Amino acid sequence: MATTGRRSTAARGLGRDEEKLGRELLAQMQLIRRFEEKAAEMYALGKIGGFLHLYIGQEAVAVGAISTLRADDYAIAGYREHGHALAKGSDPRRLMAELFGRRDGVSKGKGGSMHLFDKSVNFLGGHAIVGGYLPIAAGVGFAIRYESRDAVILCFFGDGSVPQGEFHESLNLAALWKLPVVFICENNRYAMGTAIHRALAQTEIFRFAEAYRIPGEACDGMDVLAVRDAVGRAVARARESGTPSLVEARTYRFRGHSMRDPSTGLYRSKEEVEEEKKADPILTFRDRLLREGLLDEAGWAALAAEVETRVGEAVAFAEASPEPPAEWLVEDVYA
Amino acid sequence: MAVITYREALNHALREEMERDERVFLMGEEVGVYGGAYKVSQGLLEKFGERRVIDTPICESGFTGVGIGAAMVGLRPVVEMMTFNFALLALDQIVNHAAKLHYMSGGQFTVPLVIRGPGGPAHQLAAQHSQSMETYFYHVPGLKVVRPTTARDAKGLLKSAIRDESPVIFIESEVLYGVKGEVPDVADFLIPLGVAEVKREGKDVTVVAYSRMYYKVLEAAEEVEKTDGISVEIVDPRTLRPMDTATILASVRKTHRVLVAEAGAGFAGMGSEIAAFITEEAFDDLDAPVARITGANAPMPYARNLEALKTPSKEKIVDAIRRVCAVL
Repeated sequence: MATTGRRSTAARGLGRDEEKLGRELLAQMQLIRRFEEKAAEMYALGKIGGFLHLYIGQEAVAVGAISTLRADDYAIAGYREHGHALAKGSDPRRLMAELFGRRDGVSKGKGGSMHLFDKSVNFLGGHAIVGGYLPIAAGVGFAIRYESRDAVILCFFGDGSVPQGEFHESLNLAALWKLPVVFICENNRYAMGTAIHRALAQTEIFRFAEAYRIPGEACDGMDVLAVRDAVGRAVARARESGTPSLVEARTYRFRGHSMRDPSTGLYRSKEEVEEEKKADPILTFRDRLLREGLLDEAGWAALAAEVETRVGEAVAFAEASPEPPAEWLVEDVYA
Repeated sequence: MAVITYREALNHALREEMERDERVFLMGEEVGVYGGAYKVSQGLLEKFGERRVIDTPICESGFTGVGIGAAMVGLRPVVEMMTFNFALLALDQIVNHAAKLHYMSGGQFTVPLVIRGPGGPAHQLAAQHSQSMETYFYHVPGLKVVRPTTARDAKGLLKSAIRDESPVIFIESEVLYGVKGEVPDVADFLIPLGVAEVKREGKDVTVVAYSRMYYKVLEAAEEVEKTDGISVEIVDPRTLRPMDTATILASVRKTHRVLVAEAGAGFAGMGSEIAAFITEEAFDDLDAPVARITGANAPMPYARNLEALKTPSKEKIVDAIRRVCAVL
């Protein structure tokens, strides 16, 4: 099950009958990409404040993984979570309004970019303490088991979470109690500016699964189908037998850690970033669909135009939404 | 009225709430097979089984987070800290997650979680096992903090805490587990959170005290009544956050003098906050400055003689009452 190479070989191609699926995966990745490029513009204009961590380059992980879920399954993520919320089905208009800090935001403008929550689609946040929410994912798995349901939770985190104690406590508890949690490490090789070999004694992250006697697998996080296959296997195990898994999706962040961080310079070279961009998960998947005849140029143009419309609507909605009223400051402190 | 121990009162509260609501479960170190390090959960595993009484490995951050996650999606966990000293390992879970998820999600998610276990000074357990931990929690918006004093409080407040929709930090006292008290026999005895109790009526001075300090203040009150004729009113806040300031202020407006007795280190302690709101709200009613008697600003020492000096003694409380009443 384990893959030792830098990335696994590409997953099987799509059959003709999966034409629709291919387009959906591509459309979701494109929506995340354009939503975030637009968010970066809005940040530059001062309409979005605080920290803004872009997911650009990693879209295949959230989209491929979440494409394996049912509506009653859960997802939880860190602070680079715009993509996960969108893939889980959250309304881009309400997500953009949250980034703007407006009253129609998913979290009523109180959370911001790092705290997107959407109960209507079982998206559990939006957490800004590295590794801190991994035990919470285990707790959701505990509740699923307690109630004898067959739902699962996907827990997304970066390579920066792996040295944290919570990673190890959560894997141990999930393995010990057979909790239906799929731990998905998005290994983009840098925890902020710290390269993985400077942070971890074991840089093949999927191997930590062996310590907890659960299945571990690495996959090409730049290939949406490879992620879908690996996570699909893990979801099936979790659903059928409550077996947790650790999936390491090897990916790359094209932008800086946050908007305040230049994408290259101190900790990685421009050449490295340019080289990685050749594996752009959207362009490579689009080209593959074109090559395999599952999409034509007109189809791509229509898909891209539809995404532009949705992103435009999201910004217009956010702009039109009022600021939260002053009395909301002290509401929702206690339930 | 049944006369039972503080420990039994907690056990009964857990038992009743687990019987009443299938979503309530107990999780923590040694709560099941061992029956609880302090035997609070004795018999619960036998009654409710392993599904609802869950022994955890030693990983406070991990199992506290499990409680938070389970609460977010509809369960009502009771997480036991073997002692509250260990809760610091879970402080990020409690402060950054449990306390804030309701707010950060714009009210979408709730965390109906109780974290309970013993805290406060104990007997010769030294610096890491004998300290007042409430300070670390009552500062945080989003948390409720309870410190029950009697068996009656323990039962009524724990049942209310389990039914509360917000996370509740419920700090018991290991030196009170064996103390007996009357607990009403009524089927569903509840004490609401956020309501103080005047535990002893008096007219000359108000003393605010909770948990173990209440019993020391009670002894001191009986002594000054005999020796000095001072009539002491004792107010037990019971819930530290939200605090029932109205009951404390009403007592101060009656007696015009107030002493806050606190086991923990005094700097930025509970007494500081109580002194502040009394000064803000009832300054003109005071005949003397608000007085505090607190634990020393030092970690808890092991040596018996030094330990006795660390926490306010009955004698020191007697002196403090005399001072605030200007008879010293």
